Amino acid sequence: MNNITKNRLKNNAFKVWGIACTLLGLVLLAIFIGSILMDGLQRISWEFITELPSRFVDQGGIFTALMGSVWILVLTTFIALPLGIAAAIYLEEYSKKNKLSSLLEINISNLAGVPSIIYGLLGLEIFARIMQMGASILAGSFTLALLILPIIIVSTREAIKAVPKSIRDASFALGASKWQTVYHQLLPASFGGILTGIILALSRAVGETAPLIVIGALAYVPFAPSTPMDQFTVLPIQIFNWISMPQHGFEQNAAAAIIILLFITFAMNGIAVYYRNRWQKKFK
Amino acid sequence: MRKLKELLIERTLLSSALVTIAVTVGIILVLSIQAFAFFSEVSIIDFLTDTKWTPLFTEKHFGILPLLAGTLLTSFIAIAFAVPVGLSISIYLSEYAPKSFRRTIKPALELLAGVPTVVYGFFALTVVTPFLQGFMPGLSGFNSLSAGLVMGVMIIPYISSLSEDALHAVPYSLREAAYGMGSTKLQNAFKVIVPAASSGIIASIILAISRAIGETMIVAIAAGQQPRLTLDPTVPIETITTYIVQVSLGDVPHDSLEYRTIFAAGIALFAFTFLLNTLSYKARKKFQEKYE
Amino acid sequence: MEKEKKAEVIDSSLKRKYKIEAKEVKVWYGDFMAIKGIDMNIKANSVTAFIGPSGCGKSTFLRLFNRMNDYIDDFRMEGKIFIDDNNINKKKVNVEKLRKEVGMVFQKPNPFPKSIFENVAYGLRIQGIKDKTFLNERVEDSLKQVALWNEVKDDLNKSALALSGGQQQRLCIARTLAVEPSIILMDEPTSALDPLSTAKIEELIFQLKEKYTIVIVTHNMQQASRISNHTAFFYMGELIEYDQTKKIFTHPEKKQTEDYITGRFG
Repeated sequence: MNNITKNRLKNNAFKVWGIACTLLGLVLLAIFIGSILMDGLQRISWEFITELPSRFVDQGGIFTALMGSVWILVLTTFIALPLGIAAAIYLEEYSKKNKLSSLLEINISNLAGVPSIIYGLLGLEIFARIMQMGASILAGSFTLALLILPIIIVSTREAIKAVPKSIRDASFALGASKWQTVYHQLLPASFGGILTGIILALSRAVGETAPLIVIGALAYVPFAPSTPMDQFTVLPIQIFNWISMPQHGFEQNAAAAIIILLFITFAMNGIAVYYRNRWQKKFK
Repeated sequence: MRKLKELLIERTLLSSALVTIAVTVGIILVLSIQAFAFFSEVSIIDFLTDTKWTPLFTEKHFGILPLLAGTLLTSFIAIAFAVPVGLSISIYLSEYAPKSFRRTIKPALELLAGVPTVVYGFFALTVVTPFLQGFMPGLSGFNSLSAGLVMGVMIIPYISSLSEDALHAVPYSLREAAYGMGSTKLQNAFKVIVPAASSGIIASIILAISRAIGETMIVAIAAGQQPRLTLDPTVPIETITTYIVQVSLGDVPHDSLEYRTIFAAGIALFAFTFLLNTLSYKARKKFQEKYE
Repeated sequence: MEKEKKAEVIDSSLKRKYKIEAKEVKVWYGDFMAIKGIDMNIKANSVTAFIGPSGCGKSTFLRLFNRMNDYIDDFRMEGKIFIDDNNINKKKVNVEKLRKEVGMVFQKPNPFPKSIFENVAYGLRIQGIKDKTFLNERVEDSLKQVALWNEVKDDLNKSALALSGGQQQRLCIARTLAVEPSIILMDEPTSALDPLSTAKIEELIFQLKEKYTIVIVTHNMQQASRISNHTAFFYMGELIEYDQTKKIFTHPEKKQTEDYITGRFG
């Protein structure tokens, strides 16, 4: 009896602790967003977004960094998307259970865990130096494309796997080839899930800083890039640069740029969750 | 004709998959070629045992230990904070929380992992450090404590989400059995469900450790750039990743010894995380074989 | 001999008339009414079988006796259930204590992924019992009661998952017996087992009723007729007929009962 009461007490204590831990993360997130908004909101204006950078604290804006991020995002998508989806289709629908497939599997899971800065070292040697792209947008995009490739592969596989087997059976029974089944049935059916994974991967790419610093992206670029071979900076690097400045005013600039960056990543996350929910309803 | 087309498609898809192998091979080659050139000038014994790391000074020392110590110290702080909190969250969400609560909270927590790390660095430097200085007057402006804690916040969702998945995958019949015997939810969680999901939970923790070790921007911004062999969390230190960033930002000529140091540092980092990721993968596989 | 008989008489005179009493029990899952007002009394030291087509509410009703439905999100109930004259639906009732009194065996064998020994000792351990010799005795005793002791006595530290399905289910029964309940609820305990294992479990149930009150849900009409003293026929959330098993299977009062047991629907 005594023991049972004690157990109940412990149980309730843990419940309170569990709620506290769960809320801790969210409260920290709220404090964090609140403090950044307080710091940076007054600095945000239309000029802040559309003007070229300046070495004076209260002038200039993030235009070059924003354009750099957009360029990087678009090119990264073009490189990573076809590769990632093709690899996922192969692994999910074509590969047989053999040594090669298990090697591919371990390898992809490992790549997903390689620190992003290592991808920077890879990009620096292969793209920037050996392929002579220099610290260009193209080199940066290739680097980030390899970085998000495992994420896209994993999420695309999940999406394809979720398509009921009956759809495959039906397609094959009607005489469709493997590729016809993939192209006409599986890809359309898993589109929502694939899209979700891609948006999440891109939201990761847009926040990456370290690998681009390593390949040599600059902190200060006077003009917005106009070709893929141009030098560039991106929002996170601009933020990092401002944080590293000693004067207080730059902290405000950093906070303001963070608001823009967070807005972009949260918006992408929001869209991804929206698509996921819509897509999941299809099969449930 | 149709057969040829199908074969061609299969080959194309296969080569896309093989790109991932090429990436791994590329990483290993790049790192080892440069590191090899580095070790032809610096003895590997010095690299592993020298207690000073001063490649950019006139009096050069190439001991990785201070960077390793910095990396392990910040990671340890992050893990010591994130594991208890993350596990408690996963157990609460999987065994206690109402379904609707779980459905909304989980994505919200995952948002923590989606915040760019440069933003966390800013938070650590401008909010957490001043806050801690309020009752730790000896804390310097750059330190591993606040960098580690904020990194801990960042990796909470890795642990809470992946562990929750593992707990959730344990068949409901085991819970029925435990409750049927008169277990409280706590007894059910800790004596039945957590042990049953242990390999999945371990996988999530190892993955989080690997994340912490490879994390760059938070420590580069908030922990300082002073390689120092210490376990004192209140002073500036430098991690392996920060050192790579520091060199990349400067004007170090290519093909110089200084340039190669970042690859030597990189290979140490890669080896470490590669080992952890493989362990995590094995643990996860073991769990999946059991329940999926 | 003489003495024993006398003791039994005294015992039964002291005993309450019914072990379990249900009064006007109604259950909803969300908007769906799963049990539409059932009254039922169950005698001690007997086997009572619940039969009826899938979805008739028999499992739901069974799970009310140890409040296992508490964990279903949109579950709601009205009415009262008494066990040994105590209303088990009162707020202050300790569910954990109730479940030590009312054990349960489930449809699929669900041993914990632990050793055989730890499975049987689990219920005692969570009560905080650490005495090694006591645990050993109780584990041995429980395994003997389900006739599993001879098969596993050398493998007590092996994983319970290595046992066959039938052995696992007997282990689950032993696990329930170890905490010495007075009632054992069984929710289709043999539906996942082969005929041979089923026969063993049935034999076991027959012996267990000497000491325990057993309520069993079954899909198998022969099983109900073989092992139970009383049988209750449920249909669409209502208790259609409840009587001595012999009567139900030979002269059912209601047409629906007759249709069901003769296999005309269900």
